[in-house]
Amino acid sequence: MTVAGTPLSEAANGSILRITGIDVQGVLRRRLLDLGFVVGNAVEVLRRSPLGDPVAFRVSNTTIALRREESSLIYGERIGGGRDE
Amino acid sequence: MSKFTVAFAGNPNTGKSTLFNLLTGLRQHTGNWAGKTVITAEGEFTHNGHTYKAVDLPGTYSLYSNSADEEAARDYIIFEQPDVTLVVLDATSLERNLNLALQVLEITGRAVICINLIDEARRLGIEIDLKAIAKRLGVPVAAISARSEIGIKQLLDQIERVATGAVTAPPLRITYSEEIEQGIAELTPLVERTVGSRYPARWIALRLLDGDDSLLASLKEHMERKEAASSKEVLGHGVTACH
Repeated sequence: MTVAGTPLSEAANGSILRITGIDVQGVLRRRLLDLGFVVGNAVEVLRRSPLGDPVAFRVSNTTIALRREESSLIYGERIGGGRDE
Repeated sequence: MSKFTVAFAGNPNTGKSTLFNLLTGLRQHTGNWAGKTVITAEGEFTHNGHTYKAVDLPGTYSLYSNSADEEAARDYIIFEQPDVTLVVLDATSLERNLNLALQVLEITGRAVICINLIDEARRLGIEIDLKAIAKRLGVPVAAISARSEIGIKQLLDQIERVATGAVTAPPLRITYSEEIEQGIAELTPLVERTVGSRYPARWIALRLLDGDDSLLASLKEHMERKEAASSKEVLGHGVTACH
């Protein structure tokens, strides 16, 4: 399955994205859905750890950190926030 | 005097344990779930002359992601079948919290939704339509603040109504896509024949469609244990008869 949009791992700090697709299967997909990474939901990129991985996201009023392994498979389109590049 | 069992379910950080401690006070003890390194607490409280055994399930976001915590919470609700499952939600992030509520309600209608931190939500200007939520979910809903001890009596009244059977609701029925519903329709009679009417067949069929191996393993283990227990009983009678 290919999904349109930017991987969350590539989104700039402070930007807000609406999730367009999740390219993960099985138990991990279930876990991400339970945490609020659901298509249509908004996610804010909060900050990066010193080495750039993991990245903290704000989703459904909670801060969740994801490794690149997961965040690179969640796609979204930017709907606001952050600096323009 | 009958004693009811109330299981406390909820996301982490919803004040579930604050409520549990408030109700049970010092009448509680902690222990481990059988075979699992998941810590649990049990306690007791009384209301209107009824005694309740309170069981604090591990705080989880879901019952489906197969961590030890979630398996323990799920297995308790399905196999121990508490008289009431109390789902504690954080009023300030209901959307996230309702995920677990929906999962519990698909298993059992013997539940009360407890919206905690209602004072905090009011401070943040969040308005919650309790009647609309109760109507949509089909079970009693109470708004409380465990920390400020607001709404506790009303909550206990609702727990009593469900425990005594004054209100009964079937498990919440969510209609899925045609393909999934077809799968459920095919599987449900098989599930009913295999596990009997004691367990929610539609829900088990749904989990099987999702490929939930962990539930399958628990179900198998539970049924074997029950079989072993009943065959042991028969053996016991035989031995007595020989004497």
